[in-house]
Amino acid sequence: MSETTGLQAWATSRIAAWSDLDSILDGLERKRDHTVTDSLRAIELYRALGRDLSIVRRTLPASRMTRALAQSYARLHAVIYRKPHNWRERLRSLFQDEIPQVVRELRGQIQLVGLLFALSTGAGWWLINTYPELIGLIASEPMIEGVEEGRLWTEGILNVVPSSVLSVGILANNIAVSLFAFVVGVFFGLGTFYMIAMNGFMLGAFFAFTHQHGLAGELLKFALAHGVVELSVICIAGAAGMMLGESLIRPTHATRRESFRHAASKTSKLLVLCALLLVVCGFIEGYISPDPDFPMLNRAIIGFGYGVVMVAALTGKLFGGHTRRRTRNSEYASNTARSI
Amino acid sequence: MSAPQITLQTVTGVDVELTIAGPGSRSYAFIVDWHIRLLLAMSWLAVGHIIYNGGLTMVPEPGGGYVLWVWLPTILIYFLYHPVLEVAMRGRTPGKRIAGVRVVTREGDIPSAGALLLRNLFRLLDSLPLCYVVGLATVILTEHHVRVGDLAAGTLLVLDHDSSASSFVSTAAAKSGLTPQAADLIQELLDRWPALDEHNRATIARTLLARVEPQISADELAQLGTLDLRNRLLARLSGQ
Repeated sequence: MSETTGLQAWATSRIAAWSDLDSILDGLERKRDHTVTDSLRAIELYRALGRDLSIVRRTLPASRMTRALAQSYARLHAVIYRKPHNWRERLRSLFQDEIPQVVRELRGQIQLVGLLFALSTGAGWWLINTYPELIGLIASEPMIEGVEEGRLWTEGILNVVPSSVLSVGILANNIAVSLFAFVVGVFFGLGTFYMIAMNGFMLGAFFAFTHQHGLAGELLKFALAHGVVELSVICIAGAAGMMLGESLIRPTHATRRESFRHAASKTSKLLVLCALLLVVCGFIEGYISPDPDFPMLNRAIIGFGYGVVMVAALTGKLFGGHTRRRTRNSEYASNTARSI
Repeated sequence: MSAPQITLQTVTGVDVELTIAGPGSRSYAFIVDWHIRLLLAMSWLAVGHIIYNGGLTMVPEPGGGYVLWVWLPTILIYFLYHPVLEVAMRGRTPGKRIAGVRVVTREGDIPSAGALLLRNLFRLLDSLPLCYVVGLATVILTEHHVRVGDLAAGTLLVLDHDSSASSFVSTAAAKSGLTPQAADLIQELLDRWPALDEHNRATIARTLLARVEPQISADELAQLGTLDLRNRLLARLSGQ
């Protein structure tokens, strides 16, 4: 029997196995929870396809049959090696273990960004206090005129925009700012540096300007309930951005690309929590902050209380991470003791 | 210059080469997706506007409900199109499907939801300063044609042509006594049929038919028209 005849016979014998390959692969790809039978069938098919592919590569290199088998084999490989799908467990691990771990690693950067924000706030205050006319560089004409007439730009905002719309607008803007503060860290950390410095500078400048017109207390009253967490979260996102920059300046892996990828995938987990915290901030800023009848003490309680919640979330304690870790440690200790 | 490839290494030792998509395929997929998401967002806006206002008349000061139920979903459809669909379709979007590309990890596997979200987060940067200039520049300049989002998430775009459907036709041809090589040639010719000049495709078809059906005389072949030749090749391929 010649090689061609043998190949023809072999291909004929495999037709039955290949004819419904596409539908089998479609079914396996679509399904989330495979049964043991499905899995065994997929593994068996994987072995058979590997064998077939190996044969056609030798006998018919660069043919359509080879390409098709390679494609089907790659599809099946992806299905078999797909990570287990368990959203609940994934979220639990993210909030209890992974985010607190990232926060611990980012402690230095968070302190650094916090310091940068404080210094730039001080700089903004000093500049506008010393040269009040420079406020025109950062504030719009109507804002300046309003403050000079003794009213803040936040006054009566609820008469113009309903709280729900205001909240959504604010939270979307804050999330965008935080995400942006993170991604511009790719410019060796300089993008984040400028963003944080600019935000701090503007905050200081606005406080100085309102202070000159006796409205700093009003501005503080407006910002207190939401500002504690909002500014902290922007600084935390900035710290994550700084780590991105640092991964490029001082690579922790063999190449800068690898180092950047590791830093990005690690720190981006933190942004999930940042976004959630900013959603609540948006609602506080939309419903509570502009309400003139809301007392200062209550604002302070909400602002600092939410700050405590934020710290608990960042350290994992809010999601039972601390208790779980302690339980795990004691389990490990008792296991070790038993083994000794 | 051949397109860059990555090797999908498997435990069986039978490795598979995946061809990395270039700037052209990426741009094509993006443009298709951009039109789809724009169309979806605009459709929601138009339908929502008509339902909310009872027609296409413009309202000077729309209420909060209008913003929340008409504008907000429009914006969400536009901005969350890529992250939501890529996660749901495991690295594909309708545009990527049409362009024949999909997102994979650097090892060739399906990326995790986290990696897909991260590559989409960096669209903020890749789209700067406008029209994806940063993204396009990095795609052109990097070895594996990736944008910053792919660098961050450790992902790649590979070619994912759905050639399997037609390719297994050649195996069916084995039943009718065609060699796999001959079946491959016929399939290739039929795929390129519309693009070939009428005289050339008829000449190639006659040559092929003369090889696979030696019982047909040269005169008989010469009398067959283009359509007859095509039908004859199709019949031969499908084993009739």
